Amino acid sequence: MQENQIVFKNVSFRYQEDQPWVLKNVSFSIQSDEWVAILGHNGSGKSTIAKLMNGLLFPDQGEIFVHGIEVTPETIWDVRAKVGMVFQNPDNQFVGTTVRDDVAFGLENRGVDRLVMIKRIKESLEAVSMEDYLLHEPHRLSGGQKQRVAIAGVLAIQPDLIILDEATAMLDPRGRKEIISTVNNLRVETRVNLVTITHDLNEIVDADRVIVMNEGEVWIETSPRELFAKETELRTIGLDVPFVAKVTNRLKDTVEFSEQPLRQKELIDTLWTFHSQT
Amino acid sequence: MASSLIIGQYVPEESVVHKLDPRTKIVMIFAFVIFVFFANNGWSYLWLTAFSIGAALSTKIKLRYIARGLKPVWFLIVFTFLLHLFVTREGDVLFDIIGFPIYTGALIQGVQISMRFFLLILVTSMLTLTTTPIEITDAIETLLHPLKKVKFPVHELALMMSISLRFIPTLMQETEKISKAQASRGVDFRTGPLKERIQAVVPLLVPLFVSAFKRAEELAMAMEARGYKGGEGRSKLRELEVRARDYLAVVVFILMIVGLFLLRDM
Amino acid sequence: MDISFTDVSHIYQQNSPFEYHALKDLSFSIPSGKFVAIVGHTGSGKSTLIQHLNGLLRPTKGTIEIGDYRLIAGEKPKEIKGLRKKVGVVFQYPEHQLFEETIAKDIAFGPKNFGATDEEIAERIPEVMRAVNLSETLLERSPFDLSGGQMRRVAIAGVLAMNPEVLVLDEPTAGLDPKGQQEIMDMFYQLHHDKGLTTILVTHSMEDALKYAEHVIILEGGRKHLEGDVGEVFTQKQTLKEVQLDVPEVIQFLMDLDERMGIRIPYEKQTIDVLSNQIKQHLKARR
Repeated sequence: MQENQIVFKNVSFRYQEDQPWVLKNVSFSIQSDEWVAILGHNGSGKSTIAKLMNGLLFPDQGEIFVHGIEVTPETIWDVRAKVGMVFQNPDNQFVGTTVRDDVAFGLENRGVDRLVMIKRIKESLEAVSMEDYLLHEPHRLSGGQKQRVAIAGVLAIQPDLIILDEATAMLDPRGRKEIISTVNNLRVETRVNLVTITHDLNEIVDADRVIVMNEGEVWIETSPRELFAKETELRTIGLDVPFVAKVTNRLKDTVEFSEQPLRQKELIDTLWTFHSQT
Repeated sequence: MASSLIIGQYVPEESVVHKLDPRTKIVMIFAFVIFVFFANNGWSYLWLTAFSIGAALSTKIKLRYIARGLKPVWFLIVFTFLLHLFVTREGDVLFDIIGFPIYTGALIQGVQISMRFFLLILVTSMLTLTTTPIEITDAIETLLHPLKKVKFPVHELALMMSISLRFIPTLMQETEKISKAQASRGVDFRTGPLKERIQAVVPLLVPLFVSAFKRAEELAMAMEARGYKGGEGRSKLRELEVRARDYLAVVVFILMIVGLFLLRDM
Repeated sequence: MDISFTDVSHIYQQNSPFEYHALKDLSFSIPSGKFVAIVGHTGSGKSTLIQHLNGLLRPTKGTIEIGDYRLIAGEKPKEIKGLRKKVGVVFQYPEHQLFEETIAKDIAFGPKNFGATDEEIAERIPEVMRAVNLSETLLERSPFDLSGGQMRRVAIAGVLAMNPEVLVLDEPTAGLDPKGQQEIMDMFYQLHHDKGLTTILVTHSMEDALKYAEHVIILEGGRKHLEGDVGEVFTQKQTLKEVQLDVPEVIQFLMDLDERMGIRIPYEKQTIDVLSNQIKQHLKARR
């Protein structure tokens, strides 16, 4: 059954009164079971949305509901019990001195019993394929590994919603791949609600829906396929479509596409079909 | 890759000493530091030295490596020895070095005090060589636990210590990175007059502070997002456990102390 | 400046339990004026390598020649400052090195250390601000008031103001959004041509290496895995796969096109528009 997990109702936000609005009258909702990507260039307000979702910031105007609870200073602990968040910098969110201690941190905060803790640490590290690194120290891990540990730390508290706030931005391609495949696995195995925040259109391919932010406003809400067709418009707001989309968009006057391809294989398949229909 | 600083660095090995409960180690080392001052003759020093070296051997860490870790303090040990040798005027004159009379009492005292110094450093460095900093933190947290009654912030202190430990390697890497970036812009940290060298620290310190504050801010936010709201109602994953080997170690240690007192009277 | 490495090895913390071989018998040469990409995963030795280029690290074994400067294992190098003046290094996240009260002062910091006169510096500042596309009106502002992207430009300007002959770029686009990435890379490409620099780009991005560099060196585990002109290197799918690198997207696409449909289009750095037209022609010709 689908229900509205997260609702933003006319939300506006600014850091200080004399500063410009970071978010202007933003409204959208995210259903359970959904993977929504929030896209935008640096400074478009996308990360502010993430922080509003679990009460690290509060809106100046409008209302935010998470699982039916309005996010206010009084309800933040209830909200945070349901929302797990992974941040951009792998170093600045690793609290424990070892992998095991770091995954334990969120559990310890909630007073989870030690034996349950051990079990959950094991399970969540397995879910991100980091079970062999239990006693490793953070400075001996790669960025991608640290981010996987961060995801395990979030999984361990069994949230309804996981937000990845530019979790891949500081990683090398290998780390990025690790995180993307980890996230895809999670989707398949747990059907957890996902919100990923990014500026890289390569990372939204598997998302169900995309919300594009620009200058603090919702620029468009659409599907990845439809977004890939909007190359020229996206360029005006500082975003770039992947190679596959660029080639597709330039071939459209010659080749008929039944739907916008997201991956190279889909593009070649279409070309092949076109080519064999003589 | 960070630094060549060896003193106080943990070396992972599979030894009994490594496996001891950190509290056992801290308490024994604390006791040792006190008992060193009870040694009063050659035999008792020999006894303590034998014990310390035996303990060092049982850590399975190469002695050569431990000795190199003591390098920075060798100078102090030798200096203390020489100071006592030339300054103390007790007992008979043994011989003259370029006009300085050397007394028997001075020789004995010099040897004793530098031995004491050496033993203290050897044994205390064994704590950090065989115990991870976080274990030391845990031990301190439990050892200080009774102070909670007098409102001493034991949990906060332990958390502060463990976060500092967690970030030391990160900040060291950062320091190295920034100093290299500034060296590439022509800063010379190593040579030149003192005044210039002090000035050369500014381009290093400002970025370090800026980044440390940013890290602190982000870390605080991450901790909050992960549900941290103080020590109240928290459970703990790390658990210290006193095992048979700890009792055994304590027995050995007590026997050693008994031996020390027997040798004192010889 | 010509650069050559001959059997260079670097070992961190030699003779300690933490000993680590970061570079192993590395040899290559870079002729003056080339744009070279060094590609490899984290831990492949890239960052150790670039620190040898301006003498921040010295080889444990082997010899490095950079113009007239020589770094030889076991010998204390002379005139290291002269080398650093000629080899400008833009480190990863260079904005972290900013520290002065004003942007102007921060840019002047490098040149001043290398003995440039006040007049020379005053001349260079507007020039480098233009190069990094920042307005001169910002000069008296604090660098810490700027956005992340602008801070990075200031830091780059500070390196450019040293008037280096060799420019070493360590992941210069890390953390920027697509538009910022392209602007920064285009800027370096422009500078490379305008000033006749020798440019060494360290990157994870096969796409950037393909787009901007003439020559590529691929590192893995401290050794040279592959070296050659971009066209040659990036078509060696198997050899790249051995070190878990992918061929760039466009090359993969052209390979698939050939394999599946027998359409053979050689890669010659053509733009996407040109490439798409080539595909159309092939498709039309077949019909």
